[in-house]
Formats: sequence, structure tokens, C-alpha cells
Amino acid sequence: MTLFQQLTEKPWVTVPGTVVDLHNRRAFLLPTAALGLRMFLVVATVLFLLLIVAYASRMEFEDWRPSPQPWLLWLNTGMLVLSSVAMQWARIAVRRGELKAVSMGLMAAGVFAVGFLGGQVAAWRQLNMMVAFDVTNPAIGFFYLITALHAVHLLGGLAAWGWTAAKAWRGFDGIQLRSGVELCTVYWHFLLLVWLVLFGLLFSGNDNLGILLAICGIR
Amino acid sequence: MASFAPTKAEQVPPAEVGEMDLYHSHSWWTTYVFSQDAKVIAIQYSLTAISIGLVALVLSWLMRLQLGFPDTFSFIDAGEYYQYITMHGMIMVIYLLTALFLGGFGNYLIPLMVGARDMVFPYVNMLSYWIYLLAVLVLVASFFVPGGPTGAGWTLYPPQAILSGTPGSDGGIILMLVSLALFIVGFTMGGLNYVVTVLQARARGMTLMRMPLTVWGIFMATVLALLAFPALFVGAIMMTLDRILGTSFFMPAIVEMGEQLAYGGGSPILFQHLFWFFGHPEVYIVALPAFGIVSDLLSVHARRNIFGYRMMVWAIVVIGALSFVVWAHHMYVSGMHPYFGFFFATTTLIIAVPTALKVYNWTLTLWRGNIHLTIPMLFAIAFIITFVNGGITGLFLGNAVVDIPLSDTMFVVAHFHMVMGVAPILVIFGAIYHWYPLITGRMLNETLGWIHFWVTFLGAYAIFLPLHYLGFLGVPRRYFEMGETGFIPPSAATLNEFVTVIALIVGATQVLFLFNLAWSLSKGKLAGRNPWRAASLEWQTPESPPGHGNWGPALPLVYRWPYAYSVPGAAEDFIPQNVPPSRETGNESHEALPGAAAQPAE
Repeated sequence: MTLFQQLTEKPWVTVPGTVVDLHNRRAFLLPTAALGLRMFLVVATVLFLLLIVAYASRMEFEDWRPSPQPWLLWLNTGMLVLSSVAMQWARIAVRRGELKAVSMGLMAAGVFAVGFLGGQVAAWRQLNMMVAFDVTNPAIGFFYLITALHAVHLLGGLAAWGWTAAKAWRGFDGIQLRSGVELCTVYWHFLLLVWLVLFGLLFSGNDNLGILLAICGIR
Repeated sequence: MASFAPTKAEQVPPAEVGEMDLYHSHSWWTTYVFSQDAKVIAIQYSLTAISIGLVALVLSWLMRLQLGFPDTFSFIDAGEYYQYITMHGMIMVIYLLTALFLGGFGNYLIPLMVGARDMVFPYVNMLSYWIYLLAVLVLVASFFVPGGPTGAGWTLYPPQAILSGTPGSDGGIILMLVSLALFIVGFTMGGLNYVVTVLQARARGMTLMRMPLTVWGIFMATVLALLAFPALFVGAIMMTLDRILGTSFFMPAIVEMGEQLAYGGGSPILFQHLFWFFGHPEVYIVALPAFGIVSDLLSVHARRNIFGYRMMVWAIVVIGALSFVVWAHHMYVSGMHPYFGFFFATTTLIIAVPTALKVYNWTLTLWRGNIHLTIPMLFAIAFIITFVNGGITGLFLGNAVVDIPLSDTMFVVAHFHMVMGVAPILVIFGAIYHWYPLITGRMLNETLGWIHFWVTFLGAYAIFLPLHYLGFLGVPRRYFEMGETGFIPPSAATLNEFVTVIALIVGATQVLFLFNLAWSLSKGKLAGRNPWRAASLEWQTPESPPGHGNWGPALPLVYRWPYAYSVPGAAEDFIPQNVPPSRETGNESHEALPGAAAQPAE
């Protein structure tokens, strides 16, 4: 039954003598935890979208001063990509049942993720040292706020990662590991995607978002 | 038990619903305090919400004392008055109404009504409550820091919210913002649970369109909250940074007491957009569960199916969607392009269509119903009347041309108290009178309930109808005292005294209600199974009140919608959702045990 059919059902119609329709309970064919994670991703997407919209609407003011761009962010982006790749590797391995590769993939993903976070902190310091640093510049405020919120989400992911990795090292089998690895991978890819959008639009060069707004005819 | 021949229609395959791994507690602490059972969490949520709500009630008394009898009470000064206003509004909207409807009723009713054993993520559900409690404690703590709680108004508009002239700008505003952020984190945990439980954990046969409207209302409200609260979260964090670190998200270059502050470059309007992008859906976060619950109360106590069930569901969904495109009607006086004003006025008026549709359907449900004027029914009918009243003044204020002269007057106060204060609270009372027997096994005292209802209902009108009039006169809201004003006649002061006296009486009557709750717990009439003879699933549990895991050995099977009242040919005037079709006419139809159909027949 499609969602549309479910929502157009007439529950008051009962035809006597026919088999009572006791169909399946689920609206979506997803494991419960996977659906829960996707719901959370929707909430997180709204959060970051609002930040981008707030950034864009602030940018339209006359007194907008773009933030200087720490070059370290390019390196950090590379780290996060590698982390996601390693996670995907672990996911493929867990589907094939190669437990050793799962452990290595998880390990690498964790190391790169921690590296990314360390790099972000270094980028914060880099920006802080620049001559153009000014705490009352909204562009700089947005940079700190958005990168910090992204980092907090990644920290939450690392907690789930630690739980899964601990299972892998304590020798759980592939079936028990699979759900955890799958969920972590989805979350990792989501955070990479969010970062790429944030980095591409806001932090990788002055006025990328302005170009987008111009294309949309807003600017 | 029953001696009936199983027909082909009843050869139901075994339930495909996977049994969930229930967490079984081992000690008193994990059963009653750090409980993962949604029913216990619901009661924890409700008691916390009601307790903090009492604080807000007392604050409203203090406000009314000042408004009714200015220059009389030396312990209320202007700064404290602003603090009362702010905390009263914030507590009532977020910490009472949102938490009680979603955390309280949502936790109790969703698993029972959809035929699940518990929420799908019980541990996260428990965390949700404890974070909510922490948020409440942080909020309460702000009463005790130097400078007291914030007095910025519940909308917390910058720049005034964090300037030193506003009461509570030392610690109060920081604790307020932190408390809000905590609340949102806690709510998100609970909200994911409610949504996923409704989507994934329904009993076999419980299709989406066989869910009671209560579940639909709470479900849609949760979706709204999950999408709207991030805006408040972002706003709260940005303002905290402005206050603590000196960033300038919302703070423009500003001169205070002749001194240029270090701020510069912020946009106060940005905060207003973020706030109301949350704030307007918030109205429906409170209203949609009320819509759902009142539909079920009307149906049960009028012994009639809800009129236009499908339309009711779709109306809930449409109202939810529309509520995201009307937020700027709260900002007509903030300065906006006239076309924007036109757009938001139009969308605001469009929302009246599905809402009116619901009101018609409630009324038509009563039409030729077998109306029992029980206490829950009285509250439900009072809700319809009050909601129509508040809704119609909403149509006034939705128009920019009418809103601008009435903005920031008592008319606005009267409008939103009617539509999202009194109306949802009436539903909460009705719902408590209705489900108290399910939760405790005892009925609430009817005489006390009757007094509580009439004083609250008539009192609310005696309070808020005069406020409409005062608003027309031009009496502004949020003013500590009026002083001498040419355009406001002295009779306005007399009216204010009257309102204050009534407000004190109505507030005191709520103590009677609380007494009833406590007294009936041990002294109330025993309710027995299903005292209202309701058809929905929550009344059909093997144990009453429902035990841990809700359903005994087997999950229930659902054969029909929850509104099978007064069905022609049936033995009783209601058929529970889990009674198999061949037993509809049997004498014992309402005694059917959940899952009975799945057992091999004798």
C-alpha cells in the first residue's frame, strides 16, 4: 500500500462477510532505528538550512564584511572526505562479513574524524590570529557558530561510533555489528554532505553564496 | 469463553509485528524514577509541567494585582512586573502546554492507542524527560540569580533583551536561553520517539486511517515541533553568544546611557524572523493535540462516530503545513514590504478554512448524538465555543490593516489567551477527567469537577471578554501602570479591578482541581474497566490500569476504526477496535481480550 492509498482509505466502510483487512503495520519499509536516524537527519537539515538562510539574509545588508578564509579548511575537508570513505569501506566489509576490515575501516574513520575536529580547532585559532579578526563582524560570528554546531553533531556521531567500534573489538559477529555500522555510515555521509554545502557556500571563497543568490534572482 | 464458530474471515495469520525487547526494571529506582516505561515518563512529564504551571499561575495573579490595583502593592515594582509577564508567558506556552500535550499525553496515549508495548526508543525517551526536568530547573534557577529572571517579554526581542536597562540582563537572560536550548534538545529526543512509534510500532490492523484523531493530532504537532524548534534553538544560541562573547548577530551598533557599546552590525529583525518561524507553528503545536483529543472526547461522550474522519485528518495535516508560511503576521509592525504583509495576511486567512472545517465537523458530530453531559464533555463543548471566539478575533488580527492599530493592546492579549491559552487548557482538563480512570483506576469526583468546570469556563469569559474591550479603548499591553491618559476613561480602571477579582477566583478554583486529583487517587469511585465505554484501543488492555508492556502475552489485532459507536445491529452501542467481526453482535463483545482472535478457537 502506498502512503497515498493509506491516507485515502475509508475506515468507516466495512463490508460484511469479507476478510478483514489486516495489512502490515508499517508506513515505511525501514528498520526502526534507521527511520529514527533519518528523522533526526531531517531535523538537523532544518537547523543548518536555517543557518544558511540567516547567513544569506544578513549578507544582503549594506554593511556586510566578508570573513577572511582560513586555508586550513581545505585540508580539513579532505580529512572529512577520507573519514567518510573509510566508513563506507567498513560498511561494505560488514555486509561481506569481513570483520577485520570492519575494524580497520572504523578505526580509520574515527582517526580522520578526530583529525577533522582538531583541524577545525586549529582553523578557529588561525582565524583568531588574523588581522581582520573582529568579534562584532557577523560573518566571523556565523563562521564560529556554524562550524561549532557541525562539530557538535560530529561529536555526537563519534559517541555512536565509539559504541559500535567497541562492539567490533570485543568480537561481536557481523549481524550484531551491521546495524551500528550502517547507521554510523549514513550519519557520516550526511555530515560530510552538510559540511560540503556549508564549506562550498559560506567558507571556501568570498561570495559563493552571493553567486547562488544572483542565479536565483534574489540579489 | 465465547462459543462461536470461527469463520474464514477470522483465520488471521500470526501477528507479523515483531515483539519489541522490553526493558524490565529490577529496582524501585528504575521502575518509578529512572523509568523507561512511557506511562511512567508521561506521569513524570505531566507532574513537572503542572508544577511549573502553578508558578506561572501565581505570576499571573501578581500581574493582575498590579493591573487591577496600581499603587497598592509595594512589593511589585516595574521591573518585577516585566519579569512576571515574561516568565508567565514562557512557562505557560513552552514548559506547560507543549510539555504536557506532547510529553504527557503523547507518552501515555500513543503506545496504548496504536497498540504498541512502549515507545520504540525507551532509553532515549527517559533521557528526554530528564533533560526537560533540567531545563525546568535551570528556568527556576533564574528566579534566584542576582537581578532575577529576564523581563524581556516572552518574545525576548533583542536588542532590549540583553541591554542593562532590562531586568534580568545579568544572569536571567542567559539562564532563560540555556533553558530553552535544553528544552529543545530534550524535546527532540522525545519527538523522534513519538513520530517513529506512530509510523513503525502500530499493532497489526492499525492502519494510518484507523488511528484515533488524538494520535493524529499529537503526531502532526510533533512533526511541526521537530521542524520549528531548530529556529528557536539557533536564535537562542546566537543571542547567548551576543550576550556572553560580544558577537553581533542581533545587536546593532547602539548607544546605551550615552555610551557607545562594543556591538555593531547585528540585525534585530533576523531574530524576530527566527523567533516567529518557531513561534507560529508553536501555536499549532499546542492546538493540534487539542483538536485531536477533543474529537475523541466528543465522539465517546456523544456516542457517535466523528463526522468526516478523513477530512479531519487531512485538515490536521493541511493546518500543520500552512502554519509554516504565516509567521510574519506577528511582525506587521516591525516594518515590512507591503506585498509581504499582503502575502502573510492571505495565508493567515487561508488557515481559517481547514480550521473552520474542523469546527463544523465537531458540531456535526454532536448533531443527533446521544450527548452525555459528563465533565469531559462539558470541557469539550466549552473548547469549541472558546476556540471559535478566539479564532474569530484571529481573523481580525490576521489582517494587517486591523492589526496595526490593535497591535500591542489588550485586544491581542485577549485574543491569544482565548485561542491558545484557555481553549487548549479546557481540553487538557477534559482529557484529564476522561483518562484519569484509565491511569489510576478511579474516577474523579463529579461535584468538584462540575464546580471546577463552571467557574473556570465562565470565569475565563469574565476575564477575557473585558480585555477585548479594553484593547479597543487602546489600553496597551505590557504596561506596568497607566497613569493619566486622555483617551482611556476612568471606567477602564474599574473594569481592571473586576478582571483581577475574577482572575483570583478562577486561579483558586484550580487548587480545587488539584485537590480532586490527589483526593480521588485513594478515595475516588472505582472506575472498573472502560467506564466511558470507549471503543479505542487504550481502554482494551488486559489489565486496567494498563501494566508494564501494556498488552499481556499477545499484541492486539485491530479490526476497525476507533469510532464504532451506535452501530446498527451491534449488541452494544460501541464496538472496541480489537473485537473480531463475528463477535460484534455477541453479548460479551466489549470483554474481548486483545489478541484473542489470534488464539485457536475452542
